[in-house]
Amino acid sequence: MLKVLKSGFFVTIQDLGRFGYRDIGVPVSGVMDQISVKKANKLLDNKPEAAVMEIAMTGPTLLFESPTYICLSGAYLSPALNNKPIENNKVIKVLKSDVLSYGRLEEGFRSYLAVKGGFKTKKVLGSYSQYFPVTENKCLEDGNEVLFDETVSFNPLLSGIKMENHLKLADLEVYRGPEFELLTDQQLASLFSKPFTVSKANNRMAYQLSELIAGHKESMLTSGTLPGTVQLTPAGRLIILMKDGQTTGGYPRILQLSETSICVLAQKKFGDSISFTLQ
Amino acid sequence: MKSYPIRIRPYGKHAVLVEWPNLVDKSILEDILAFVDCFKSLNLPGWEMSAAYNSLTMVNHLGEIDYGHIKKLIDECHSKKTKTSNRTERYLWRIPVCYDLDFGIDIEETSATLGLSVKKLIELHTSFEYTVYGIGFLPGFMYLGGLPEDLEIPRRKEPRLNVAKGSVGLAGKQTGIYPQDSPGGWNIIGSCPVSIFNPDLEKPCFVNVGDKIQFYKISSAEYDLRKIEGEVGIYKPEKTILNA
Repeated sequence: MLKVLKSGFFVTIQDLGRFGYRDIGVPVSGVMDQISVKKANKLLDNKPEAAVMEIAMTGPTLLFESPTYICLSGAYLSPALNNKPIENNKVIKVLKSDVLSYGRLEEGFRSYLAVKGGFKTKKVLGSYSQYFPVTENKCLEDGNEVLFDETVSFNPLLSGIKMENHLKLADLEVYRGPEFELLTDQQLASLFSKPFTVSKANNRMAYQLSELIAGHKESMLTSGTLPGTVQLTPAGRLIILMKDGQTTGGYPRILQLSETSICVLAQKKFGDSISFTLQ
Repeated sequence: MKSYPIRIRPYGKHAVLVEWPNLVDKSILEDILAFVDCFKSLNLPGWEMSAAYNSLTMVNHLGEIDYGHIKKLIDECHSKKTKTSNRTERYLWRIPVCYDLDFGIDIEETSATLGLSVKKLIELHTSFEYTVYGIGFLPGFMYLGGLPEDLEIPRRKEPRLNVAKGSVGLAGKQTGIYPQDSPGGWNIIGSCPVSIFNPDLEKPCFVNVGDKIQFYKISSAEYDLRKIEGEVGIYKPEKTILNA
């Protein structure tokens, strides 16, 4: 078990998602950056679906009340164990009474904390992922206790995983969305010729981009949407749905991000630049 | 049963979008749901399907799909679906609504705009069966079709920052229930005391796409009773089977 001494900006428990309830309007949820999480769970020899803590922008202060092994991945938030700096993507032994804290955001936006065996909070509709009001709370708060099974000894099979650092990428690979054909030459040129900026309106539900492109007057019947769907509003605003995004929508779905690009975008914050490349 | 032409397209690497003619029509919805029953009977792993009006979004969460293969299966299911025997049962649900002014905060203004008495508005709202064309936007939010023209009213000019859970609203050709507190621009005419969506239940949403909803008027005393029944888990929504 660990205790949240101080919660960060937005800290949630997430697994790979809540599957099988899309037909009653439940978003899939789950970790925003699967690449980082798969890496951390792999290093701990966890199952890929083991629940982790997703930490956006500013980290919490956590008191471990049982021994375990942890692995941090994703954004680098200058983490420290008992005030001694620690690295991402390394298996680290943690003892009872150890305190994990975070400092400055140096790279990326979402950091992950994986523990040996995964977090064992209350499962709702088959998933640990926090999403209000499917789960009781939308995020972790001061004083919350988070369960996991203690591990006294563990010999990591892997010391590290060599992978391209996707936190440095800014280009999003996209496929044609269902309403791609509605795009005019002018809209196509704006979409693929220059970068866009992540606006302040960005969270687990959706990322809005600051720059507008030419608008439209198309009206369509509400239809299904997915994480990674790029919607175009009549005013010309681009809205990219993310893991907590609604399951249906009424704006043209012009592009669809690849799974890798969802992870790339999940590490972007207000003011960061991205661009689209059509596959 | 009528069969319509469909259009199948990839939607990213994990999903396929199947579209029927661009209309809100009960027989199109029936065609979609018969297709869903057929595809489900194939028992392919990882597939989730959500129907909305004239489309079906089919997502596989196990990995990338073989589009050519799945397109072939979809075409086969679409052409022979009428022979499926395992049809999902569909129901007409009777849903209680209290139209008292404490809940129906816009009902007087809405009635005045529509040129109806409050009594007539309630009578109209409760005398039709509305078809559930989709569930989405929020968990348990139903897209209902079949609203009489006399009740069509534009959205409010300024949306409210918070509309209470259970609020029953009118907007354009739609009527519906807010399944949770949320911002919203619909004209609020009443409140439903029972949750359409409850994550604590084994079947968290009792309504399915293709079902029908009919509202009935209750007093504020009955509202309180139904609310308590819902909270302690003993509320049983009234239903009639449609396709026996």
